[in-house]
Amino acid sequence: MSDPNDISEERAARYLEVQNSQEFAELRKKFRGFVFPMTGAFLAWYFLYVVLATYATDFMSQHVWGNITIGLILGLLQFVTTFAITMYYARWADRVFDPAAEKLAEHMERGNLQ
Amino acid sequence: MNALAIPAATQVGNTTLNILIFSIFVVVTLAIVIKVSKQNTSAADYYAGGRSFSGRQNGIAITGDYLSAASFLGIAGAIAVNGYDGFLYSIGFLVAWLVALLLVAELLRNTGRFTMADVLSFRLKQRPVRTAAAINTLAVSAFYLLAQMAGAGGLVALLLGITDRTGQSIVIAVVGALMIIYVLIGGMKGTTWVQIIKAALLIVGAGVMTLWVGAKYGFNLSGLFDDAIKQAGNSNILNPGLQYKNKIDFISLSIALVLGTAGLPHVLMRFYTVPTSKEARRSVVWAIWLIGLFYLFTLVLGYGAQALVGSATIKAAPGGVNSAAPLLAYKLGGELLLGVISAVAFATILAVVAGLTITASASFAHDIYAQVIKKGAVSPDEEVKVARRTAVVVGILAIIGGIFANGQNIAFLVALAFAVAASANLPTILYSLFWKNFTTRGALFSMYGGLISSLVLIIGSPVVSGTATSMFPGSNFQWFGLNNPGIISVPLSFFLGWLGSVTEKEHNAAKYAEMEVRSLTGAGAEKAISH
Repeated sequence: MSDPNDISEERAARYLEVQNSQEFAELRKKFRGFVFPMTGAFLAWYFLYVVLATYATDFMSQHVWGNITIGLILGLLQFVTTFAITMYYARWADRVFDPAAEKLAEHMERGNLQ
Repeated sequence: MNALAIPAATQVGNTTLNILIFSIFVVVTLAIVIKVSKQNTSAADYYAGGRSFSGRQNGIAITGDYLSAASFLGIAGAIAVNGYDGFLYSIGFLVAWLVALLLVAELLRNTGRFTMADVLSFRLKQRPVRTAAAINTLAVSAFYLLAQMAGAGGLVALLLGITDRTGQSIVIAVVGALMIIYVLIGGMKGTTWVQIIKAALLIVGAGVMTLWVGAKYGFNLSGLFDDAIKQAGNSNILNPGLQYKNKIDFISLSIALVLGTAGLPHVLMRFYTVPTSKEARRSVVWAIWLIGLFYLFTLVLGYGAQALVGSATIKAAPGGVNSAAPLLAYKLGGELLLGVISAVAFATILAVVAGLTITASASFAHDIYAQVIKKGAVSPDEEVKVARRTAVVVGILAIIGGIFANGQNIAFLVALAFAVAASANLPTILYSLFWKNFTTRGALFSMYGGLISSLVLIIGSPVVSGTATSMFPGSNFQWFGLNNPGIISVPLSFFLGWLGSVTEKEHNAAKYAEMEVRSLTGAGAEKAISH
């Protein structure tokens, strides 16, 4: 077996051609444009919650209704947002990203990259 | 997480029944493992279950792999005794899956073959990067494995009434031996099925108990809390702050939890068991729903145990905090339900250690032996043979480690595994997937820097020495002050990865192009090129 880092010139040229194509740049932008802001948002929301639970304990301990506290509601909201982001991403990936990636793969095979 | 401590008191329930139900689980899973493993010869079979699992199956298996005994017994127990803080802890374990979903799972599936190192070494210098990735894989797996095996001792005491050390050691050896058999016969396929069955049992069992508790309170959460407060005699169980006194320490733990999951090698390896990146995505979606549902159950179970059993009884029971869920099962459904929950807890340990063992053996055989030592000049059959032998060695080491660690306060090992995963693995995974100018030096700085800083900080922390609850309560060489290294080690590793990369000029443009195109389009090397 050869060094896995070796790549034939022909293959290298193909991949570089794809990577440098307009179509691939758009696909990459599409993907990063979705996952990066989303990651930033859920991490910010999670750490806000953690900081509130550690530093704003009086606020978190306020009762809203019966024994239901703000802390419990915000904690359960973490579940809700996690499920919501999961569904939103899965839908976006199925409907927007996958078709674009499949189209690109098709163009790669036919050799007519845009 | 509290270790499963060795108890002194007697146990509840019917030992014979517990053993019987667990034996049924072993016989049934073993039969299934043998049945599904008729075709189990190639490397892809052993490491990745032939990549033939559906997203749903793999999602359930991921759930089974992820929800360890620490999750099941530990979190329910933490809520039962400390209330809100236990719940707070569980949220980090769930939110962490979004990192895996959005940034890691699909790209990893498209790029790698069998191990985490496949992806990390893809466009960098093979041998040094693979070695570092394999060392981190083995380290994380070892910490996690030891924590599970040591926990088995406490569980045995609680569920089977075996309180003498010899008896517990024998049971640990039996658990280890069973795990070796599953892995040898079943490879990844068999291990996956054990995890699927265990996850189904765990979620159904916890779900039934949750409904049971709910029915007792007319599905009124506030009413349940009322009773829990009355039992505890302390309304603070609804408020944060009972368990985590040191604020910075909890934030440090949260960083490791939320960033660690997507760097756990045994979790990453599961993404290779599906045929496409789309199925990898489905796996994570299923896993998030099931894991989230499970943590919602533990919220009810924890406060339910507080209300119906009482934290004083729980703390005094064999197994301490970890006995909350089993005691609640006994209170609700008597010996039979306790027996079922006990069997589920054992199945949990078995399934998790099997997953860890196969990951460690794959990393040693595929990364260290085949690529680093033999430089790729080894047949797949030979590689799998080495992997199987490694699995036996890992299993035996786990048994010995588990027997020695039994009763030790090694609660920090799970947190350490997450800290190492978050600081030694995740930065390099993200850099190599998303940063063009990442280099071999950056990867090595980040991986070794993350591993070493986590270890050094843990050794200097109060969990190892200096307090009554430390691993070495008699000595004091602690200087760090925090129990969790994440707040230092994670940013440090990201910084080191950047530093190593900007001080070196290395760029394999062709391999980077291949990696990026493959990771995003899923157009595998062969398909994209053969025209």
